[in-house]
Amino acid sequence: MLYLTRIEHFNAAHKLYNNDWSREKNEEVFGKCANENWHGHNYELYVTIKGEPHPETGFLFDVKKLSVIINQSVIEKLDHKNLNMDVDFMRGKMCSTENLAKAIWQELIRALPPQVKLHAIKLYETPRIYVEYFGE
Amino acid sequence: MSRVSVFRREHFNAAHRLFNPAWDEQTNDQVFGKCNNPNYHGHNYELEVKLTGEIDPATGYVMDLKKLSDIIEENVLEKFDHKNLNLDVSYFVNLNPTAEHIAVVIYHILRKEIDVKLDLKIRLYETERNFVEYPA
Repeated sequence: MLYLTRIEHFNAAHKLYNNDWSREKNEEVFGKCANENWHGHNYELYVTIKGEPHPETGFLFDVKKLSVIINQSVIEKLDHKNLNMDVDFMRGKMCSTENLAKAIWQELIRALPPQVKLHAIKLYETPRIYVEYFGE
Repeated sequence: MSRVSVFRREHFNAAHRLFNPAWDEQTNDQVFGKCNNPNYHGHNYELEVKLTGEIDPATGYVMDLKKLSDIIEENVLEKFDHKNLNLDVSYFVNLNPTAEHIAVVIYHILRKEIDVKLDLKIRLYETERNFVEYPA
């Protein structure tokens, strides 16, 4: 079994804020991340697929095609956007890195050809903070 | 006597939007593209502060970097980190928060706090691949 990773990046504004809670409680739980006027990040997205190389091409999957699929289904919706306001697949969700990684997984599962097995989404919010999701 | 440069690296993240209020929407879109999203986007900024001067013979330091860190924290990071540069940071009420302008603003903030005998230079990374320096 081989694992192939494509790295993409986007930047976006967001805030961590639960509308069911008071402002005080949001500030207590989310601290600076609850700033009502948003803040933002440079996100780094690692998409890993798995499988065996095709005998005729030696490729697990054409990585250029993988990049195009990631860009069309995810990056174009996220890059230079406000995650809370502009992104259809984050609507009604808390815009944490955890939820964003899960949502990206779900978008990519829909967009990838059925023979391509998605293995992992690794999403860096800052160089020191990242989450991993394996679809479990 | 030995002139030496010392550096302190800090980071903050923030939302912003690039636009010129004197222009119509179409011109703003044409010039600033995705960066003009009215709902903002954001970055992880990396800030490098460079001081150049003589080593103090009594301490062996050009400047105590802990003190420099405290000055940056108090005067820059507390005002910029997890903020919306357009809405929350007074310096940008009438100034487009490009990386160039942010670097110049940080320079002037810190210049007031640091010994005039030391030369000051600011390098600001907006993304890993886009960064600016002031003074040039």
